[in-house]
Amino acid sequence: MSGDRVFFTFDTTGDSHSLAAYRSRGGYEALAKALTSLQPNDVTQEVTQSGLRGRGGANFPVGAKWSFVDRKRGVVYLCCNADEGEPGTFKDRWILEHSPHQLIEGILLAAYALGARHAFVYIRGEFDLPLRRLRSALEEARGAGLTGERILGTAFSCDIVVHRGAGAYVCGEESSLINSLEGKKGYPRNKPPFPAVKGFYGAPTVVNNVETLANVAWIVAHGGAAYAALGNKANPGHRLFGVSGHVNRPGLYERPTGYPMKTLIFEDAGGILGGRPLKAVIPGGSSTPVLTAGEIETLTLDAASLQQAGSMLGSGGLIVIAEGTCMVHLLQVLTRFYRHESCGQCTPCREGTAWMDDILARVVDGRGQSADLANLQAIPEGILGNTLCALGDAAAMPVLSFVKKFGDEFEYFVANRRSLNGGCLEA
Amino acid sequence: MSAIRDKFEELRSAYPAEMSASLVLPLLHFAQQQKGCVTQDDAAAIADCTGVPGIQVTEALTWYTMFRREPAGRHVIKVCRNIACSLRGAERLVDYLRERLGIEVGETTADGRFTLLTVECLASCGTAPAMQIGDTYHENLDEAAVDHIIAGLP
Repeated sequence: MSGDRVFFTFDTTGDSHSLAAYRSRGGYEALAKALTSLQPNDVTQEVTQSGLRGRGGANFPVGAKWSFVDRKRGVVYLCCNADEGEPGTFKDRWILEHSPHQLIEGILLAAYALGARHAFVYIRGEFDLPLRRLRSALEEARGAGLTGERILGTAFSCDIVVHRGAGAYVCGEESSLINSLEGKKGYPRNKPPFPAVKGFYGAPTVVNNVETLANVAWIVAHGGAAYAALGNKANPGHRLFGVSGHVNRPGLYERPTGYPMKTLIFEDAGGILGGRPLKAVIPGGSSTPVLTAGEIETLTLDAASLQQAGSMLGSGGLIVIAEGTCMVHLLQVLTRFYRHESCGQCTPCREGTAWMDDILARVVDGRGQSADLANLQAIPEGILGNTLCALGDAAAMPVLSFVKKFGDEFEYFVANRRSLNGGCLEA
Repeated sequence: MSAIRDKFEELRSAYPAEMSASLVLPLLHFAQQQKGCVTQDDAAAIADCTGVPGIQVTEALTWYTMFRREPAGRHVIKVCRNIACSLRGAERLVDYLRERLGIEVGETTADGRFTLLTVECLASCGTAPAMQIGDTYHENLDEAAVDHIIAGLP
């Protein structure tokens, strides 16, 4: 598999993030190829043919997203979403820290395909090293004539602006990100119109995730067909899967889609801490429905397999939970988070996330009531599909799935005023 | 005030023309970097430079969690308490820091040295548990590592 790697093609050293190191790995050759021998539409076509889907979590076909932009309308903007904040996800940070030029090349190729004179990287406010690495990479790129006016001596010009967020999970949602980039609080917008029609300052805007864009140079260099041949046929390519929680070797693993989930957890990530049995897996970031150990037996890491199991591949962040963990306590960690991050715009999400968290806080405190379990089903059902953005669903799905699959633990906690598992979160 | 104006002039060249409103967040970050928090005067100066309504700057200032309106300790300790860090001991770590610093979450030590906060996911799930002090990430933590880090701070 190593010959096919898209990301882990090098050892991280003190300067593996530099322009010289990136060039030694063939960096910016795809850009030169595109600017001298491909039309913008050819780039879009390769990306469409590659089958690449958005790696931020929504899994939307990237070529289709680019095709929605009407280039004849004049100014088009590209925004790179580097507001990585989905709990369990830490891949974009790795790309920014260790391969920032791979991202920059992808941004430039996308900007060329879209006809965007300006591209913006909206980066999480908390990210310090990633920000410094990205800024220094952009300085190197500018010095080498890779950004700015007449790139590589061609007619293509593009400036890349780095813009820091300031602590808001919802700004990872594309219309919220655009509002934030316009200097406002990050309220998501009603859709339609989608950003591809009316986005940043009203102009057609494409928002793509860091990992998504970091795939583009490989696709242009090797061709869309070669990328489409990697991994799962319907959902091709490689992904940076993050494994966290109760495993012996947490971290990032580049694997093809369609890779067996059990192999990733038990072989690559070294199995469960302390040799305990596996209890559950949250497969694609904290918002995706939890799966029991029994449910993951034959699962592969692709959209169809996860969908069949009633969950999602999301951002590719697997959170592994060992037997003995109190699922009631663990769910309250999540309800607290979603309550904190609900932007307050839509009533079902604003009120619902607070109600769910109040109930769980009370249960965990040993003051659960008999109606609590029913309410923990009714409230998320009232949020699902009734909010402007996906944060409402993201808050509802963990609650619904935890209560459905571990209902006995919730019942025990309410009846006995203590955890079936001693309230333990650590393995 | 004039520091914000100077910064505005410096930053506006980095953005396309007609995008002054986009400088609200960068200028709020700048103001906070200067003094550790953002005052109403700063917000007014930012509204003045960028031409956006004062209420919009105040909304941004109060809506984003990273902006502070009151001064904090010299070192702001932000411990992640989200799911992956919780599974690897974040609660224990917060308790340890509360005890060691003698303050509750949200408080500042009497000598003004430390402010203790809990935060949501820092994207350090593979190196959990994690905390951020100032801008710097500290990962794969346990009590001994925390002791060592705290002792090394001025």
